[in-house]
Amino acid sequence: MTDRTTKETFLAAYGERERRGAVDGPAWLREVRRAAIDRFAERGLPTTRDEDWKYTSLAPLVATPLDLAADAAREMPSEEDLARFSMGPASWSRLVFVDGRYVAKLSTIRPLPPGGRLGSLAEALITDEPTVRAHLAAAESPAAESGDAFGALNAAFWADGAFLHVPPGVRLEEPIQLLFVATAPGGRADHPRSLIMLEPESRVVLVESYVALADEAYLTNVSTEIALGPGAVLDHHRVVLEGRQGFHVGRTRVRQGPDSQFASCAVTLGGRLVRNDVDVRLDAEGAACVLNGLFVVGGVQHVDTHTVVDHAQPRTMSRQLYKGVLDGRARGVFNGRVVVRPGANGTDAHQTNKNLILSDGVEVDSKPQLEIFADDVKCSHGAADGQLAEDAIFYLESRGLDEVTARSLLTHGFANEVLGRIRVEPVRVWCEERLRGRLRGGRVPEEAA
Amino acid sequence: MDMLSIRKLHAGVAGKEILRGIDLEVRAGEVHAVMGPNGSGKSTLAQVLAGHPGFVVTGGEVLYEGRNLLEMPPEERARAGLFLAFQYPVEIPGVPNAEFLKAAVNAVREHRGLEELDAMEFLALLKEKMKLVDMDPAFMSRPVNEGFSGGEKKRNEILQMAVLEPRLAILDETDSGLDIDALRTVADGINRLRRPDNAIVLVTHYQRLLEYVTPDRVHVLSGGCIVKSGDRTLAHELEARGYEWLEASAEALPR
Repeated sequence: MTDRTTKETFLAAYGERERRGAVDGPAWLREVRRAAIDRFAERGLPTTRDEDWKYTSLAPLVATPLDLAADAAREMPSEEDLARFSMGPASWSRLVFVDGRYVAKLSTIRPLPPGGRLGSLAEALITDEPTVRAHLAAAESPAAESGDAFGALNAAFWADGAFLHVPPGVRLEEPIQLLFVATAPGGRADHPRSLIMLEPESRVVLVESYVALADEAYLTNVSTEIALGPGAVLDHHRVVLEGRQGFHVGRTRVRQGPDSQFASCAVTLGGRLVRNDVDVRLDAEGAACVLNGLFVVGGVQHVDTHTVVDHAQPRTMSRQLYKGVLDGRARGVFNGRVVVRPGANGTDAHQTNKNLILSDGVEVDSKPQLEIFADDVKCSHGAADGQLAEDAIFYLESRGLDEVTARSLLTHGFANEVLGRIRVEPVRVWCEERLRGRLRGGRVPEEAA
Repeated sequence: MDMLSIRKLHAGVAGKEILRGIDLEVRAGEVHAVMGPNGSGKSTLAQVLAGHPGFVVTGGEVLYEGRNLLEMPPEERARAGLFLAFQYPVEIPGVPNAEFLKAAVNAVREHRGLEELDAMEFLALLKEKMKLVDMDPAFMSRPVNEGFSGGEKKRNEILQMAVLEPRLAILDETDSGLDIDALRTVADGINRLRRPDNAIVLVTHYQRLLEYVTPDRVHVLSGGCIVKSGDRTLAHELEARGYEWLEASAEALPR
């Protein structure tokens, strides 16, 4: 199969929906969707000739026959399945999305204070249409400019996702988990879309997790829009644990108001090919973001992370720590772009990317991109790729640990530098347990069929 | 029987011989000090005994409790009761000190046919030993040696020694860079290990530590050979006269 047929599959599916009158949403949204599919028709899927996809070939996706008319959820996930993927106690709100659709009967929503909303975005289209419309319209223009093909596909096809609107001054005690489960893929493509809005001085802990109960090939193509009002604080976690054959393309777009804080930890442990885009715009003075990320891959897994932090206003701060552990023939890509706009004086930006290489067959491409157009700024970056230090192995052996145990301890230690920064204990513990399951004797084995 | 018996040991790094025929006998219950100027091979001797893979043994033999030490991988040496306190302890990011120590103590216990310590038992042991070396419990949840000061790293080595209870401890310049309080703590830790069935080898540049830990024998290493051995008074003599008068005799030794 070729790129053209994958592109045509999507175009044909969209055309079919239009003919059946099955395009979701009110008229203005159908227009947005039409504009998006037109953009996609113009661009097609990116290739390695596109700078943003230089090191990530979509050949495995293109070679996968997609069945966009495939039914969702042959079978709903069981409570046991959901328990495995739930990170917190029952007191947390947990929204479950199965193959891209919100499932109320599997979800628990704790009441929010008056004015607050938490639920499905499809439902919010009806209950909160003006708010949703304002944000989706605003979100579409940058995507149009950047010519992001997957963003366009998401805009055209999204069926559902989460909608969270936190009123001013509200600090939610309990975290919220958005659990997206792929169950019956068989070539399906789902495009979850979520809208997270924090009004001034509000505070939330949020977990987005993308998991699979299926072994077949499928595509999850996510867009999450986050808007933080003045002084708002979002503690954000994004966990990707897609299936062995799962493709995941996700973008998180964050717009930050004055003195707002966005702290994010992205953990990728599963999926055949995973692309994470994070795009943070520090749009007002005093806005700060901390982006941490870890991926652990083996076999032929491929994880590509692109971050853009846009220091658009003075006195903004960003910190990035991205780490990868790679074994087998896995590939990792990190592209960290930091932009300091003219006049954004007092910017303080730091970025670190480190990769631990456990096998000769691994390939890593790491590229920092600092674009500084202001004076009086502190910007730095560091990158290191390497193997475990022989001195450290010997130190542990000299205390009685055998080589395998020593390597395992050091590899866990490397990864824990990121996981240890997760402040929400149940999330940290859950991720550490998953990491232990993925690392065997300090190696990352190919996932069994 | 000798606990440690080194005969005509030659070792170095690729293409460069550093130890040029070391002979040393250490009996159970004894404390030996190995002294010498910088570059004499003291640290190489310590590292070779612990099994550092960066050094190549080109001749001679080392028996530890009658076993061929050089054939044992480093972790087996540790499990058999040999301990090296590193001159430059290695930082291990992301691995909490307590987790590392628990893994080490249980590896050694398993080898000795003892049951693994559970979390409670281990914490009790750790608490007791930390008091001995006067270490803040906060260090246990911090990554191994990461961000520790020089003195804290050395205390951490002594703590590991106290927890692992080796039969033969080799301390590689554990006294260097310590203030007087830390030096006393380190000396206390060493003296506590001093028992009729244990032995200690102190590798040091200065006589300072030997004011707190009295050695049974003192050896001077120069140019990769032991050029002089004596009792504790030799250390005083070195303090007074320096090493130069001995380096001349090293030059005269047959190669």
